[in-house]
Amino acid sequence: MRTYRDEGVVLRTHKLGEADRIVTLLTREHGVVRAVAKGVRRTSSKFGARLEPFMHVDLQLHVGRNLDIVTQVEMIGPYARAIVADYAMYTSGTVMLETAERLVDEREASLQQFRLLAGGVRSLAAGEHAPSLVLDSYLLRALAIAGWAPSFSECARCGAPGPHHSFAVALGGSVCLRCRPPGAASPAPETVTLLAALLAGDWEVADASQERHRREASGLVAAYSQFHLERRLRSLPHVERV
Amino acid sequence: MYEGAVQDLIDELGRLPGVGPKSAQRIAFHLLAADPDEVKRLVDALTEVKNKVRFCERCGNVAQDELCRVCLDPRRSDATICVVEEPKDVVAIERTREFRGRYHVLGGAINPIAGVGPDDLRIAGLMSRLQDGTVTEVILATDPNVEGEATATYLARLLVPMGITVSRLASGLPVGGDLEYADEVTLGRAFEGRRRISA
Ligand SMILES: [Zn+2]
Ligand SMILES: [Zn+2]
Repeated sequence: MRTYRDEGVVLRTHKLGEADRIVTLLTREHGVVRAVAKGVRRTSSKFGARLEPFMHVDLQLHVGRNLDIVTQVEMIGPYARAIVADYAMYTSGTVMLETAERLVDEREASLQQFRLLAGGVRSLAAGEHAPSLVLDSYLLRALAIAGWAPSFSECARCGAPGPHHSFAVALGGSVCLRCRPPGAASPAPETVTLLAALLAGDWEVADASQERHRREASGLVAAYSQFHLERRLRSLPHVERV
Repeated sequence: MYEGAVQDLIDELGRLPGVGPKSAQRIAFHLLAADPDEVKRLVDALTEVKNKVRFCERCGNVAQDELCRVCLDPRRSDATICVVEEPKDVVAIERTREFRGRYHVLGGAINPIAGVGPDDLRIAGLMSRLQDGTVTEVILATDPNVEGEATATYLARLLVPMGITVSRLASGLPVGGDLEYADEVTLGRAFEGRRRISA
């Protein structure tokens, strides 16, 4: 039987039959992979614990007829332990996992998306930054990799140099006064600065931001994400913003 | 594909948890060949369960009346509530004979990707049971997986500031597993060794 090896972050698991689970992972070299982990709900081996959401693992799989079968798992980053102990981390993290599954196709490798998610989950678990900032930064960067990079400086429509005071989700970010469609948002300048920092990964600026600007930024990131992802993100309304 | 009624039966059986297309087919043909009385007993049991069994108004466990057997038992302690995800977890814990308090069945675990948040679980009902001071300890016995742990985290944060002793089953349970599959000895030990969660 053909086997292969890869590393991945577990996105989701669900029950299969009496004691098995189907595990959905974002892998480094094979995109999203859905595989069967046999007996993990019943056994007392460490196997099941390693295949929980947020875990970064190295795994070996057998190619199956429909789904591949997990045969070996080694832990790379046991991020779930810290994340489940903090409700804000957990709710932010689940949106990252759901988004990753939406943006990457099965068997279509995206090294950039894999690196972004693995790094994001690691940072979240380490408590390096506020969970909602990690989430918003992840969403902006994941959408940018997918080809929907928002603009926070020049006008998203005509390219006029910024900063601009209006933000239009459907046009791709900041817009100048001439391009501003009716109903565009008018975020505070600090909010636009924060959004640009989150997209660029400028954590010094992001960590120093104020609560009200974080909230405004989160609202715009959520609207921007929902616009580009066809179906609603089910986990997004459950995010706890503290 | 089979003729109408047979295929309908196979389709319905195939919707049951843990029943794949092959098993559904096998069960359907078993029923076709079975004695009519045997089939009638199964039909009656199914109708009965939908008509008579409901959820306990206090704790959410399965019940024949307004309250379940555990809530009605006067010999059990009112000072301790054990919080579980599903009624089948009550059965698993009862098998250990370690616990003599009451239960509270949440009806699942917080799982945002599946669209399940705190408001979708029986958490308000739990909070109202803790108002009068009778309950002094809450044992969080949600499944030892990511969703169960996150649910315990959420509940502990609500309950600890109320001055109630909150404890979580000891490790040793198979992580990533289902509570219902833990054997009695392991689950009993996890109960005895439960650790207190502080703020
Ligand atoms: Zn413009
Ligand atoms: Zn009851």
